[in-house]
Amino acid sequence: MNVEYVAKLARIDLSAQEIETYQNQLGSVLEHMDAIASLNLDGIEPTAHASPVFNVLRKDEIKPSLPVEDALSNAPKKANDLILMPKIVE
Amino acid sequence: MNPAFENITSLRAKLAARDITPTEVIEALRARCTQVEPSVSAFNHLDWDTALREAATADASLPLGGVPIAIKDVIAVKGQPCTCSSKILKGHTAVYDAGVIERLRSLGAVPVGRCNMDEFAMGSSTENSADGPTRNPWDTSRIPGGSSGGSAACVAAHEAIASLGSDTGGSIRQPAALCGCVGLKPTYGRVSRYGLVAFASSLDQIGPFTKTVRDAATLLGAISGRDPRDCTSLDQPVPDYTASLEQGVKGLRIGVPKEYFIEGMDKDVEQTTRQALDQLAKLGAELVDISLPHTNYALSSYYIIAPAEASANLARFDGVRYGARVPDGKDVLDVYSRTRALGFGNEVKRRIILGTYVLSSGYYDAYYLRAQKVRTLIRKDFEEAWKKCDIIATPTTPTPAFKLGEKTGDPIQMYLSDVFTIAVNMAGLCGLSLPCGFVQRDSTDLPLGLQFIGKAFDEATLLRASHAYEQSTEWHTRRPVL
Repeated sequence: MNVEYVAKLARIDLSAQEIETYQNQLGSVLEHMDAIASLNLDGIEPTAHASPVFNVLRKDEIKPSLPVEDALSNAPKKANDLILMPKIVE
Repeated sequence: MNPAFENITSLRAKLAARDITPTEVIEALRARCTQVEPSVSAFNHLDWDTALREAATADASLPLGGVPIAIKDVIAVKGQPCTCSSKILKGHTAVYDAGVIERLRSLGAVPVGRCNMDEFAMGSSTENSADGPTRNPWDTSRIPGGSSGGSAACVAAHEAIASLGSDTGGSIRQPAALCGCVGLKPTYGRVSRYGLVAFASSLDQIGPFTKTVRDAATLLGAISGRDPRDCTSLDQPVPDYTASLEQGVKGLRIGVPKEYFIEGMDKDVEQTTRQALDQLAKLGAELVDISLPHTNYALSSYYIIAPAEASANLARFDGVRYGARVPDGKDVLDVYSRTRALGFGNEVKRRIILGTYVLSSGYYDAYYLRAQKVRTLIRKDFEEAWKKCDIIATPTTPTPAFKLGEKTGDPIQMYLSDVFTIAVNMAGLCGLSLPCGFVQRDSTDLPLGLQFIGKAFDEATLLRASHAYEQSTEWHTRRPVL
């Protein structure tokens, strides 16, 4: 695994020290994962979750939801009922 | 007796008889926390003013009227901080009640305190917390287990009457075992996760920590049932779990899987578990040798599936809508990447990177898809086992509580402390840990746990067997000296 590249995909800005440490640690974790590489899994269906339900639908009804001020109450930067972020388009 | 030492059942009797008021209970817990919290550090946050205000209006005639319940800092309680022990959520206040909190409130319970945990529930020792570690009440140089270490420690230290935690790979049962209390992971779909900050959505469940099995039955009944806001919660009837507690274990077939008793295992753990099994046999249970052949693959597949799901779930912590944000981000990507770098601790970063990797193009089939197929084999192991037994008994942990710092440098050693609890989550079953003895380390007595594993939605049998064992022993009556 190229930790530096994967960290970029995961949007985490790692220091050189972290990259080196994780490279070693995750290398041995992956070796441990290789235990399942030797299993014969031909014809076995994957299980995504243990619950016997699929595609749970609900009625499309309008219900009360979080008030705007509550929904924005934890936003790090906001104005005029909007969340502020650095400019995306120049 | 000091009300802090009561359990839910004994406390409710006194509250209903007006021998004590809900306010006096909160005051007793406050006094207890003042005394022992400096050495245990079970809580990230304690708001006694709110607790006293809510206790003052608690309806003591309701089933849980006036009973304080401590809550893991990953379950939303409106108006209280919800930080998941992470820097990235420092200062975050929940704006709604989780489904389980609504249910507890409707029965008269009062949520009190935010229990420390491993950051975003990733860990087995509560050392991965931005708020610092929680300590084991039996020996404060040792870890309480994790990730729900605060929820376990506060009950064991009698800083709480009972608590809620969450369990993704053992995070309720393992700390319950290491702290000497009862911890129950309900069946996947039994309890609503609405308002639980998601870690690995196909595995997470909320469950109780209690001082007795009867209390676990009471609290499970209180929080169970379908919630339309969590579409994985199932519309299964919720029985009165306390009604069948006294039925005993006569004729109950208890499966003993050979893969959980292996050469090289801790001798004390093996001996203590064997003694508990003998005790169950004396009570009339029939012990049956069984095999769960894919047990050895559970840990590897778990550490593919759980990080994969975590990498997706934790993408929401990007500094945009809530939580911390670096103040000087140049552009959007810079805000994301540096906020996450500063906000997440080491274990969370490691798991997000591992999860991103096993889901990435070219590796998905080799890791994630294979792990999901292994999950099918693990489920089939249990389906075969249920043909021979009604319930399964194993040790909860491979060792008693270890020292703080002992495993922090070696992720694999840390992961191995969940080796006996993970398969239950992978198969979506229910599991319970209860005290089954003490072993000496450095001339201090440390508790060990016995794990019962039950069929999906058969918590009643799990609780019945646990109650029979508990009532025939004295382990649950011992208290740590603090």
